[in-house]
Amino acid sequence: MSDVSLYGPTREELRPLLSPRVRPIVLGALLPFALLLGWQALVTKHWLPDYILPSPRDLVLRFQLEVNGGRFWLDVGTSLSRVLCGFAIGSAIGLVFGLLLGLSRLAELLFGPLFLAYRQVALFAWVPLLSMWFGGGESGKLAFISLSAFAPVVVNTWRANRAIPEKLRELADVLTFGRLDYLRFIALPGALPGIATGLRTALIYAWIATVGAELFFDIAPGLGGRLNEGRDKFEVDLMLVALLLLAVLGLVCSRGAAFAEARLLRWRGR
Amino acid sequence: MNLDIRAVAYEQAELGGSPVLQIERVSKTFRVGGRTVQALAGISFAVEDGEFVAIVGASGCGKSTLLRLILGLDTDYEGEIRLDGQRVRRPGLDRGIVFQDHRLLPWLTVEGNVAVALRRSKLSSAAKKKLVALHLELVGLSGFAKAWPAQLSGGMSQRVAIARALVNRPRFLLLDEPLGALDALTRLRLQDELARIVRNEQSTAILVTHDVDEAVFLADRIMVLEPNPGRIARVVDVKLGADRDRSAPGFVRLRDEVLDLLGVRSGRRAA
Repeated sequence: MSDVSLYGPTREELRPLLSPRVRPIVLGALLPFALLLGWQALVTKHWLPDYILPSPRDLVLRFQLEVNGGRFWLDVGTSLSRVLCGFAIGSAIGLVFGLLLGLSRLAELLFGPLFLAYRQVALFAWVPLLSMWFGGGESGKLAFISLSAFAPVVVNTWRANRAIPEKLRELADVLTFGRLDYLRFIALPGALPGIATGLRTALIYAWIATVGAELFFDIAPGLGGRLNEGRDKFEVDLMLVALLLLAVLGLVCSRGAAFAEARLLRWRGR
Repeated sequence: MNLDIRAVAYEQAELGGSPVLQIERVSKTFRVGGRTVQALAGISFAVEDGEFVAIVGASGCGKSTLLRLILGLDTDYEGEIRLDGQRVRRPGLDRGIVFQDHRLLPWLTVEGNVAVALRRSKLSSAAKKKLVALHLELVGLSGFAKAWPAQLSGGMSQRVAIARALVNRPRFLLLDEPLGALDALTRLRLQDELARIVRNEQSTAILVTHDVDEAVFLADRIMVLEPNPGRIARVVDVKLGADRDRSAPGFVRLRDEVLDLLGVRSGRRAA
């Protein structure tokens, strides 16, 4: 290092304060932290009564209470297992259906229009019908969540398969691939980026549908049920705890999905 | 095994039998926007066993179309194409192809891309492994077996494509402007390698190119096509031996002859 620079500070000296690993975390946490401070100020200055907006401290206490009460893990576990089961069922069927539509021109002509019509129906419009068919209990909820996860997987798988270049189909012909080899070496991996997008979207939809199912179907353990309970008992702290937990769980799920996707799509290069 | 096939072919030749690839009065028309365009008109040609034939011509003269017909990707044409006396009906592993774009599968490693061509082979997996390694060595990429296509340069990708085309030990190596997308230096280097590889594999090779130097450097015979509709202008014998010098008088004379046939005046020489 030269002792005196004639040209102002060097790159070295201008390096940002935080290392590139820490920087995004700190910057990302800045706003939530500021909000938290503002919130606490709002409550301590008594600008809002605490039965409308309890303080962050109240929430921590309520969270501890729920954890110690023991019921709480059941709620989280039930909601999580609903999401995952519905997601698994819906996306598995969606994957098969999407592949069928993508691989067979005949299937596309037969089922395509019907599927597109189905997509026009808003998700929650199915609630009354499904609760009649499957009941308001667990199977009705699961049917609703599966149905929500189904559509995004179908659309993305279908589209991704259509987008496989003609040149790769030709390559499969030249290598005298049968249908199974084509599926395994070209169609599936080629459509994988699209399928991954579909699965990620399906996971988000499954979360939406889970909370919706817990709000609109029969009351049962689950975070959505707790939200209802909070409203009925006028316990804003319970509702806020449940909402925050939904945010955290959703974040964990989508991070997990992104990680799995990055592993599967390593070949796309760095 | 290779030797057996050659012996049979030799016997046939002695008995006045047939060459390994026969193209007889082949015509091909396309319908483009309601209009009929004739791509090939009455092409007849025969390729001998072990021969290296180059097909040159201006773009649009149907040279790639002809290669697709030999591959069996398109069977809708007049006339007949026969391999060992059998009419071509579909693609087969007796024909390996290198396209202008490498067409590697980006989700498979280099090794996987070569191995995928052996899916239909009945060899044991150990034998397949060995073949893959052998052919990666042949194209000089042994050190890159585990690399992803996205990490390779254009020249390296094309080497992998060559290894994939050869790994089934095809009787025919079809090359559709395989070096056309590469930079000039890489192209020259790969021409040397192609000459060595084809000699080593003893397969019959058909090269479609618009690079006349490349044709003269690699081929035993050059089929010169002219366009509208695509037909043979002339077939030029290249009698230059195995080690060819791109600046030797014989080489330059032959190149100019082919360029003349293509309607490109080799200016300096004519002046």
